[in-house]
Amino acid sequence: MAKKNFLVEAFSHCILICGVLIVVFPLYLALVASSHTPQELAQIPVPIWFGDQIWNNYAAAMSGNNDVSFPGSAARMLWITFVIAIIITFGKITVSLLSAFALVFFQFRFQKVCFGTIFVTLMLPVEVRIGPTYQVVANLHLINTFAGLSIPLIASATATFLFRQFFLTIPKELIEAARMDGVGPMRFFWDILLPLSKTSIAAIFLIQFVFGWNQYLWPLIVATNENMYPITVGLRRMFGGTDSPAQWNVVMATAILATIPPTIVVLMMQKWFVKGLVDIEK
Amino acid sequence: MERLSAFRSYWLVWLLLSPQLLLVGVFFFWPAVQALVQSFQQQDAFGASVTWVGLENFWALWRDTSYLGSVQITFIFASLVTGSSLFCGLLLAIFTERVAFGSKFYQAVLLVPYAIAPVVSGVLWTFMFATPNGVISHWLATIGLNWNHLLSGRDAMILTVTAAAWKQTPYNFVFFLAGLHAIPKSLIEASEMDGAGPWRRFWTIQLPLLTPTAFFLLVINIVYSFFETFAVIDATTQGGPGRDTSTLVYRAYFDGFQGMDFGSSAAQSVVLMAMVIALTVIQFKFLEKKVIY
Repeated sequence: MAKKNFLVEAFSHCILICGVLIVVFPLYLALVASSHTPQELAQIPVPIWFGDQIWNNYAAAMSGNNDVSFPGSAARMLWITFVIAIIITFGKITVSLLSAFALVFFQFRFQKVCFGTIFVTLMLPVEVRIGPTYQVVANLHLINTFAGLSIPLIASATATFLFRQFFLTIPKELIEAARMDGVGPMRFFWDILLPLSKTSIAAIFLIQFVFGWNQYLWPLIVATNENMYPITVGLRRMFGGTDSPAQWNVVMATAILATIPPTIVVLMMQKWFVKGLVDIEK
Repeated sequence: MERLSAFRSYWLVWLLLSPQLLLVGVFFFWPAVQALVQSFQQQDAFGASVTWVGLENFWALWRDTSYLGSVQITFIFASLVTGSSLFCGLLLAIFTERVAFGSKFYQAVLLVPYAIAPVVSGVLWTFMFATPNGVISHWLATIGLNWNHLLSGRDAMILTVTAAAWKQTPYNFVFFLAGLHAIPKSLIEASEMDGAGPWRRFWTIQLPLLTPTAFFLLVINIVYSFFETFAVIDATTQGGPGRDTSTLVYRAYFDGFQGMDFGSSAAQSVVLMAMVIALTVIQFKFLEKKVIY
């Protein structure tokens, strides 16, 4: 029996190690590529051990002093991306907390209508209505602004839905007791609901930050000015098309730079992520 | 009848709802209505003149064999991405949950691609499959397989599916893991006492209890692979070679913003929206069931 368990354990580790290798290998290659000169990367096959150009390549990527097809400064683009991600994250959490609170804990006329109005947007990512939404943003003169880059992405109800699912698991007795003690709705929100929602808020923070950081299609059409490019769009421009030879060393340095902040957030918050999802799932 | 378990208010509730309703109104319903209107119009490239053409834009899509080709490509692409990332996510979650040591480490590493932008995933995989000096394409060449995703539609499809599934698997992984954590330990212990091995336990306890999660993920994954893989495709193949990896969202963007055919692009948006609404209805039906359980 013990021997059989050992075999199952070993087999499990084999599968998981394969998974880990598939995850890590592309990232490792990107790191290696970001440490070479373009000439070294033109060899067949590309080197799979580190070169000595790490500092030069990252400095070139950050400053934009390089000869890729689109010479943007990664430092500037990372800043743009950071601002967009923060506006989306905090905007979405605030808006969704308030509306989920209203939908779950209040009884009011047109409740069903409001519910339907908000949740019909649930599965409709901006990609689907890209052209018309662009025209609305253009009419509001929000092209090339932080507001135009972020606010339309706050409109979808994904976070509202997750908060609602979590609020529904809160026992009704809690709100009955609060009302019997004469606690008003806003005090209930601040003193009881928010502290209970900490884990869900952390999970949703993570989801929305990654979502905001990694936006691509929307900024591709709304940021027409190169000064407003987020890192994802800039990376794509640097990399050029499939027909132009890419400066892989600087491209990969930029890709790594674009990956570090969301990866740190995910690794730091993963514990709450899984826990928050368990809470929402219940 | 006033319920004690709900607050009542005549103005506060509207104040709370107003930001969300305003955003949804301006950035969702307004564009959706505009898309509907424009899908019945034809506009010249400069927007100077507009004519009503009825259903002509939709008929044009229907007659356009390359659009129907895109529909087919989207379905092939979506089922490959959804199938492979659901399978890998479940597999990794099951084993992460059951190993005696190291599960924290595996969880952390396997979650990483979740953080990575689709466009970065596209760039990473394009680099490995680049012809002729990518690591994987070179390795394939040494065993006699000629890889070229710029010429072969099949290779291009494999590349886009790989990059999209690599990015999506951690999402499924973490939801399955949360689902597994939610299964009471007592059930697992009881099955062990009854002498059920890991294989048996998976089929009779874990998998059935994970079906709600799996259904939820199925819809999410289909939506992801239909609509949110634009960046992956744009970074790997740009819809090529020809139109072999040009999915519906890629086309809607390409025809609208590169081809400046707003009428057709709006009609395509309407078709896409109808598809998503159908998916959402299916999901809500299922979610309601889950609440009853």
